[in-house]
Formats: sequence, C-alpha cells, structure tokens
Amino acid sequence: MEGREVVLPTVSRVALCGGTHGNELSGVYLVRERLKRKRKVEEEDHISVVTVMSNPRAVQQCRRYTETDLNRCFTHATLSGPVTDKTPYEIVRSQELNTLLGPKGSPEAMDLVCDLHNTTANMGLCLIAYSDCDWISLHIYRYLQRQMSDIPVRFIHFDLPLNEAYSLDSVGKHGFAIEIGPQAHGVVRSNILSTMQEGVQHMLEWVHLFNSGTQFEGGKVDVYTMVKNVDYPRDFETHGITAAIHPQLQDRDFCLLRPNDPVFQTFSGETLKYKGTEPLYPFFINECAYYEKGIALSLARQRSVGIPSIRSEREGEQGKRKSSADEMEEEETIKGEMEGEGYQKLMEYGEESDSLNGQHN
Amino acid sequence: SGWNRIINNVARRVAIFGGTHGNEMSGVTLVNLWIQNGKEIHRKGVETKPFITNPRAVEKCTRYVDTDLNRAFTTENLSAPSGDDLPYEVQRAQQINEIFGPKGSPEAYDVIFDLHNTTSNMGCTLILESSKDHFNLQMMHYIKKAIAPDSCPVLLTEHPLLKYSTSRSVAKHPIGLEVGPQPQGVLRSNIFESMRVVLKHALDFIELFNEGLEFPPCTVDVFRVSEKMDYPRDTNGNIIAMVHPNLQDCDWEPLNPGDPMFQTFDGTTLRYEGAGTVYPTFINEAAYYEKQQAFVTTRRETLAAGAIKKT
Repeated sequence: MEGREVVLPTVSRVALCGGTHGNELSGVYLVRERLKRKRKVEEEDHISVVTVMSNPRAVQQCRRYTETDLNRCFTHATLSGPVTDKTPYEIVRSQELNTLLGPKGSPEAMDLVCDLHNTTANMGLCLIAYSDCDWISLHIYRYLQRQMSDIPVRFIHFDLPLNEAYSLDSVGKHGFAIEIGPQAHGVVRSNILSTMQEGVQHMLEWVHLFNSGTQFEGGKVDVYTMVKNVDYPRDFETHGITAAIHPQLQDRDFCLLRPNDPVFQTFSGETLKYKGTEPLYPFFINECAYYEKGIALSLARQRSVGIPSIRSEREGEQGKRKSSADEMEEEETIKGEMEGEGYQKLMEYGEESDSLNGQHN
Repeated sequence: SGWNRIINNVARRVAIFGGTHGNEMSGVTLVNLWIQNGKEIHRKGVETKPFITNPRAVEKCTRYVDTDLNRAFTTENLSAPSGDDLPYEVQRAQQINEIFGPKGSPEAYDVIFDLHNTTSNMGCTLILESSKDHFNLQMMHYIKKAIAPDSCPVLLTEHPLLKYSTSRSVAKHPIGLEVGPQPQGVLRSNIFESMRVVLKHALDFIELFNEGLEFPPCTVDVFRVSEKMDYPRDTNGNIIAMVHPNLQDCDWEPLNPGDPMFQTFDGTTLRYEGAGTVYPTFINEAAYYEKQQAFVTTRRETLAAGAIKKT
C-alpha cells in the first residue's frame, strides 16, 4: 500500500447548503451571511462555491420542515416521482435542489455537496456520509481533525447504497453533512457558529490545496459505522414515551456503551440497562427531532480505515484516465488491501441482526 | 416592625398546568404522569388538578398553534364573544378561564403552578407576578430553604410594560416554574427531576399551611424585571449579532457597564451601556427571537413577606 497514490478529478464545483432544517441555525446564519457578503456563486482559482439556503420556507418559520423532512427526500424514488399541486413542498424543493446541484448520479452533479446541520446531542463536530471509502471525504475529515483542536471531530458512516441514500449531501459526486452539537434548535450559540465557520473554512482550504495539486499522504482514520437505532420505551396503548435518557448516558455521545450500562430512567425512577451483547458507541443521544422518528439514540461500531495518498489530476492527465468502471475496480482493490491491513474484525457475539434502518440528520 | 399578620383562607383548590407551550417537555411529561396517577401530588385537604392547557400544541410538539397561549389571558381576549373564528389559543384561554377562574373573582382557583422549560441556563426559576402576594412569597421562601444549597432564583415580572397575561394568572396565587437549560422538544432527566422536586416542596408548603402552621414574617431576595434587550438588527429586521460568548449561559450573574453583550458575525464585540449593574436572564431563549428579546435585565430587590396563617 505504501507509495500507492490515487489520482482523482479536481473538486472544482462545491455546494455549501444550510437551512435544510429550518431551525438548525448555525447553517442558516452561515449561509445568510455568505449570501449577504458575497455573490451567490464565488469563483476563485480552481474552485467555485455555490451557497444555498435549502428550505427557505422552513427557515422563515424557524421549523425543521413545513410538511415533510426535506433531508429524507433525496432517494432516487422521491427525486423521480411525479409532482402535482398536492405534492408536499419539501418534495418539490428536493427536485428543485436536485436540478440545481445534481442530477444525483450524473456527471453534471456538483463535485462536493456539504450540508450544514445542528443537533441537540453532545456530538462535537461530525462529518456524516454514506461511504467509508470516499477518499475526498475521508481526507477532508483528517484535515479538519488536525486543524481543529478545540472540538472533537469524528466521521460517521451510514452504510446505504446511493439510490437509497436519502439526504441532500448524496446529490453530489462527493458529499457529507457537517453536524455540530450541542445546540438547541431555534438558537444560535456563538461558539457553535464559530466552530462551523472554522470547519467550513478548513474544508474549502483543503479543496483549494487539493485542486492546486497538493499531494495528501495516506494513513489511518477512525470511522464510526452506524449499526442500529434504539427507541424509547413506550406505553403500549398511547405510544407515549415512558422513560427519559438516563442521566449517566445523557451527553455521553461516543463514550462506549457496554452491556448492562444504564440507558433509560423511567418516570418512576427505575433504571433500564443496555441489553445488547456487543459494546457499541452511542450518538445522537436525545436528539429532539428524532422523538417522532422513534430514535432515542443510535449505536455505531468504531474501526480504523486506511486511506491512500491522493492528489488531483494534472492538466493532460485526463486523456489517460481509466474508465470509471476500472477506477471503481481499482478503488475496491485498494479498499480490500487496506481492510486486510487495518480492519479490526470484530468478534461475532451472536447478537440478533438488526436491519440497518439508519437515518441521520 | 413586628408581626404583620395576614389572614388567609385555606388553599383548597390547586392546579398544575403543563403544556402551556407544547414543546416544553418537563411539564407535559409530569402532568401526563399525574393525570394517569395523581398519588405523588396528592396532599391532605387540597384538590390538586393536573391539566394540559394546550393539547393541540402538545400533540404537534410546538410552542403554539395560532398564538402564544401564555400571552392570551388579556381582559380583551377573556371578555370577547366566544366563537370558532377566534384563534385556537384565545378559545382555549376562555375555556381555561371558565374552569379555573374567572380571573379576578372569588371563585377562581387558589393556586396555579405553570410548568415551563427554557433554553436559557436559568436553573430552577420561580416566577412571581406580584410583589404583594404574601402567600406566594412565603411559599417561595419555603422552597428556597428546602432545596438549599441548590438555588432557586425568583423572577418578579411585576412591570407596567413587560408583565404579560399568563395562563396561571386566572388564579389568586399564580406561580411560574421555569427550568432550564433544555432544548424545546427534548426531555432531559435531570431537568425533569429538578422540576419534580420543586413542585414537591411547593405542595408540602400548601399542606403545612392548610394544617394551620403559621409562617412568620420573612424576606425574599428577588430579581425584578427591568428592561428587554433585543438583538441588534439591520434595516430589514434581520439579526446581525449573537449573544456574546462571555454572556451566554450567564443567567443571574452580574452584567456591568462595559461588559461584552453581543458579538457580530464578523467578530466585533458590542458592550452593555447601561447605567449600572444588572442581572440578565432568559439569555438566548429560542422562543424569544420572534419576540425581539435576546435577554431581559433585572435588578436585585429584597421583598418583605408578612406572617401568614390559615383562618
């Protein structure tokens, strides 16, 4: 693996999106300020950045969404569905955004879509993506980790194929969400906004460096892969929740949850413990927006992922580009080699398999 | 000044309101719990009625549907002819006034506790509407002593302009409980338990009072509301600065002239330019962005409460 370098096309068209959820205000304010101070599209050497307010109606009302969650509307099925005057606003909007930034899966799509979010969970800064072998995203992640010392930076991977990927960031050739917490919805905390501004700035810095021909050396990064969600205990008849996140779990995102650790505290004071057999890493602990989605917390496995050295294509290198099928095959081969080296195979605990019904943001 | 004995009737009818704002989850959860099983709030000689004031907002987990219920109990609204064309919360205010009021009359409920959460770092705050409510002052004195060394700041909202018409105001003795920080729509165990403990002490006080215990004169330190401070805005009304990191989460701490107050998006510090030290609260409450309030300033005051005893 050493010395093996991957050459990738430049990331010349970047989309920065905020207000995908109208009450997650860091992204709303960041986008608003960028739109106020600069043109909607900025062109510098090697890079053009489009700044987008994804859900203006929800932003105006300071709500997560008006009719349906916009950040679940980017599956292939929803994007290609028919639009009538009864179609929910967010579905109409997702198709508009797909036209603007996509079409998803086509050569015309933005090279990179970065979608800005907040969470009420104590998650620090997380990049959330569908792939654990998109080298652009993983290198940006490592760059952010190294540049930002004040806040934990992590990478969360939801293992879904592209056509099932449901969030806005899946529209670009490369994409991820930047999720920062804890922040109450409908509130701007100055420290959280600063962190997001810093994260965006470093990301654009990396893209600029990459496009200018800088080689980024390979290495290893830690990745959290989503395994399952855990719902609140609920009343059988009313479906109302009957317990809250236990005080010993509250705010302890990414602290390993072991079998028999406390998870919930019922309203009568009883402690409910983690019944799984495999220790896992909790995140999105007590995210407000997830009560209605039946998620009290999500659980992930952590592993080390090897990333290759990468650089952007030079002028004239394009003619020598492999076909995308060959490129994919080569990426898969590299991935396989690195998994052999760096992947820590987990022992099978014989735990019942849960469907990967992962949902994020 | 000696004994200034104030005679009170029994506090016989007590209500506990939750869900006045449908996304303030501690109150919603506690009241729903107590509607199912009221054992915890039962006290000898007193009827304690748990009640969800804004069920439609609770169902949608939103602050309100048409208009803020906790601003809707104005004389104008309560005396308006009833009708389906009225905003939902105005209709609701009229219904609540009928059940627990009428506001200002002898038939009104004796005590109403109104349970709220805030995104501000206010701890367990008790809200007092009148500086002359000796019963409430004695209760708050009792609660503060009971939870010491934890603190329970008292916010006095008696102010010609800033006082608002709350759902609890239909009662003779209205008490607001405001516990934070908690995001809207979220239920945090520790916040939930704090509210529960404060209410327990409040009901204990009522029980002791009804049993004939005399509460001697006392003083209560309060924070009297002074001035509403909005975010700096541009000519289009858009917010152009945020609560300064030095002020964020510093509810009830002194803010002196010259101290940082706001930070613009390009990093400039805006400072407090008042005449003297104030004690800000409701700092960065999510629901108040639309009410043009970044925080409210208060001034410290000591109120005297006369002795009270059941007749």
